[in-house]
Amino acid sequence: MGRYSRLGNALYTGDRSIDFVGKKWLWYAISVVLVAVAILGVSVRGLDLGIEFTGGTQYRVSLGASATQQQADELRASVSGTGVDGAASPVVSTLGEQALLVQTGQLSQDDSDTVARAIVEATGIDPAADLSQEDIGASWGADVARSSLIGLAVFLFFVILFIWAYFREWKMSVAALVALAHDVAITVGVYALLGFEVTPATVTGLLTILAFSLYDTVVVFDKVRENTAGLGRGGTTYARAANLAVNQTLVRSINTSLVALLPVGAILYVSAVQLGASSLQDLALALFVGMAAGTYSSVFIATPLLVDLKSGETEVVMAERRAKARARAGDRYAAVPGYVEGMAAPVEPGTRPGPAAPIAPSAPVTAPRTAPPRATEPMGRGRTVPQARGPVGPSGASGRQQPSRQSRSKRGKK
Amino acid sequence: MAGRRPSPGRTLVAFFVSVAVLFGLVALAGSWTPQLGLDLQGGTSITLRAEGDPTDESLEEARKIIDDRVNGSGVAEAEVTTQGGQDIVVEVPGKNRRDLLDTVQRTAQLRFRLVACSQADGRCQSTTGLPDGVIPEAPGAEGLTGQPQDQQQGNNRPSVGFGVKAGTETDGPTGEPSDEPSDEPSDEPSDEPSKKPGKKGGQPDAFAQCVTAAADDKLIDDPLSWIDTPTTECVTAFSQYQCPADGPASPMSDDPDAPLITCDEDGVAYLLSPAMIEGTALSDASSAIPQGEVAYVVQLSFDGAGTNIFADISRGLYGTEKQFAIVLDGEVLSAPTMNGVIVDGNAQISGDFTETSAGSLATSLKFGALPIAFEDDPLTQVIGPTLAGDQLSAGLLAGGIGLGIVMLYCLLYYRGLGTVVIASLLVAAAITYGMVLLLSETAGFTLTLPGIAGLIVAVGITADSFIVLFERIRDEMRDGKSMRVAVESGWKRARNTAVAADAVSLLAAVILYIFAAGVVKGFAFALGLTTVIDLVVFFFFTKPAVSWLARFPFFHSGHRLSGLNAETLGVDRLPAGGTV
Repeated sequence: MGRYSRLGNALYTGDRSIDFVGKKWLWYAISVVLVAVAILGVSVRGLDLGIEFTGGTQYRVSLGASATQQQADELRASVSGTGVDGAASPVVSTLGEQALLVQTGQLSQDDSDTVARAIVEATGIDPAADLSQEDIGASWGADVARSSLIGLAVFLFFVILFIWAYFREWKMSVAALVALAHDVAITVGVYALLGFEVTPATVTGLLTILAFSLYDTVVVFDKVRENTAGLGRGGTTYARAANLAVNQTLVRSINTSLVALLPVGAILYVSAVQLGASSLQDLALALFVGMAAGTYSSVFIATPLLVDLKSGETEVVMAERRAKARARAGDRYAAVPGYVEGMAAPVEPGTRPGPAAPIAPSAPVTAPRTAPPRATEPMGRGRTVPQARGPVGPSGASGRQQPSRQSRSKRGKK
Repeated sequence: MAGRRPSPGRTLVAFFVSVAVLFGLVALAGSWTPQLGLDLQGGTSITLRAEGDPTDESLEEARKIIDDRVNGSGVAEAEVTTQGGQDIVVEVPGKNRRDLLDTVQRTAQLRFRLVACSQADGRCQSTTGLPDGVIPEAPGAEGLTGQPQDQQQGNNRPSVGFGVKAGTETDGPTGEPSDEPSDEPSDEPSDEPSKKPGKKGGQPDAFAQCVTAAADDKLIDDPLSWIDTPTTECVTAFSQYQCPADGPASPMSDDPDAPLITCDEDGVAYLLSPAMIEGTALSDASSAIPQGEVAYVVQLSFDGAGTNIFADISRGLYGTEKQFAIVLDGEVLSAPTMNGVIVDGNAQISGDFTETSAGSLATSLKFGALPIAFEDDPLTQVIGPTLAGDQLSAGLLAGGIGLGIVMLYCLLYYRGLGTVVIASLLVAAAITYGMVLLLSETAGFTLTLPGIAGLIVAVGITADSFIVLFERIRDEMRDGKSMRVAVESGWKRARNTAVAADAVSLLAAVILYIFAAGVVKGFAFALGLTTVIDLVVFFFFTKPAVSWLARFPFFHSGHRLSGLNAETLGVDRLPAGGTV
């Protein structure tokens, strides 16, 4: 941990700094590729909507004996074991005392017969008398989706206003929204590519991502705002200040993503490996992908984008120019070595100088422009001795002038 | 923090007292396990069979309205589906939720009509409308009805206004909404003939004549004058009509454009004008106990158009003994007189409601009328959980392991301060669990498996505030401040960051809760809850705890295990500033 902490300090002071803002085209390219793949996945493979969205088929199984939870679990296993597409994750529950209920997605006639055979085999009922089949409608119709979308639109509108009001910067709102769209697109794309079923749990997960992505972006932007507040005085540029901000919050970003992703990862692992398809797995996948994307986009997308957006502003441009001028003027201290690990200790007086330490100047040494030499200043004890007003007699004062006693009216006058 | 700073110790004590109070409330509520959702615990399934042969559109519309009604409070996560083009199936968490039957299947066609005559007031004895003032008692505020009243206390109470109302109606003898569905499916889609079986009491043709004659009546478009001189045929039909003994029923279909002869709960027959206001003109309905009263009422608010009509009615009826009737599904709920001119569009229905029945009626009214009626005796069954039993335990185990790793990581990275993270997380988890228990009891909050996963994730996100705070403290110390100063100045900055970021989450929660339906509402609720708990723990536990620890030399003089020594900060020398 010591090294990690040292890194944290180096990042904070700016000694070590990862150039997030400068390499922005690399990050943009990575994200564009990811989003393109996601869009391609959705358009080619499409999203596999669950029963709640599409409706489906329901089988009612009358057992004639008491139905137990265990039978329901066994039946669920045998129905999902048929390999039929729409019945990969059937909903099975006991109904009343003596019946079981099986709900699957929409099935073709052949698939439906397959499922019915599996039910008969698993329970040993008489299919003519004890198995009824009917269509069920979507419980998550268009209206729920529509109301959620309206809510989402209103939320985004208010978030734009909120970020604008809090940071006094509408460009931050824009950057945060772009990062948000990026996260959601990637998550939806992963869903399409893996062929996971979209359930209400997925929708819940997506909404969580929305909140988390914005949350994370606000934390990073808060630091950016703090660092760029004194742009006129600090002698730095907006890009550099923003980059330093990202570096300073990097440790926090890494820690937060670890802390948030570990539990989700554990749930995802357990549900994917042990349980097979389930609403838990749907949710965990959405959360895992979305949160990872959310942390990534705050640092790699939102901040460089913000710098891009700001780059046209007068104040920012002026700061850039000042910084350039300073760079041309050269750094007076460029030749002074900074402290690096393994550097020889400074030569103490009275010791033999060792081999000269390798000095790695961090900038090319140009002839530094120095100020003209100043008038000679009094040396010694740092006090200019005033002209004596009268002859100074010998005294036991080792050549130091002694105060002479004067009348009160003369004291303190020069 | 104006003036002196509150001492961290005192804040901590107050905080723990509050947590203890929370769990005291939980103990009073008396359940230590939360209400689990359909997927984990099963519940009750109610199958409603539509009458006749509804179109898919009207069935879907009915499904949506019922969904709104059962998920009105947004946290129960009930599921409503259509089945086989005929049935609507409502699945509600919790066994034996028969109490929902009323809410679910009530058609909730609410209409305001004017009373031309009723058996209680003896108008209409002659067909010439008597001049006002000669009217005998109306079963209004006087409560003198001549009917045997079944224990309606609170019926003779003086009317009390609520809010800025100029006055309220008091009710006539009304019955509470019956617990069995009225055996009168009201409101077929208008141009269909009523399929109502059994015209009870009175001649059916008399009613038909009433409707046809009334249609030709010139006054019918102005109910306020019509009730003074009702159409003769209607009065005839009314005088022949006797309410059946087996509860309220109307011999006529509840057509908003025609007069209606119907009864209230007590078997008093009314001749009513065509509808003046429809239930669609309601903007809101709620149940409450008005100040200074003891019984529940259902309060209604009209939208703009409804407000205007209602104001007209109240101007027309104020100062007279004339009544208007609130008709629900063809049955008179109450027939009050006007005690004032009401222009703000607020009315209330009183009767001997219980909390449940008032709430149920308000919910039904609020989400509108169903386009179809259902057969009596819906099938209610207990359904088992839809998830395999091992899912819950596996999910919880995984979440627990994940959180364990998180805590281990915090200990490794933050050393001594890691204990604060762990304590904060545990406290946040405890408060969250307590709130869930409390809300299960009071607001019907149910935990589904996705909900549990969401809470586990939220606890992870909660840790972010602490991480932001600790990183800030470290940064301040790297700038050369001593720990005790760094804690305070780092807190000021971390606080702003955390509040701004949490405000975004809260905004999401509130807006989604207002706009969204069903499961999303439940999610928004949980998100808002965890965000608020995050802020509370951050302000009243984490910060005081860090301030308190800063008093110990172990921390402020940079012990190797404190997480704040020079090496951990990555600086050469710890900022000066030992004991103060």
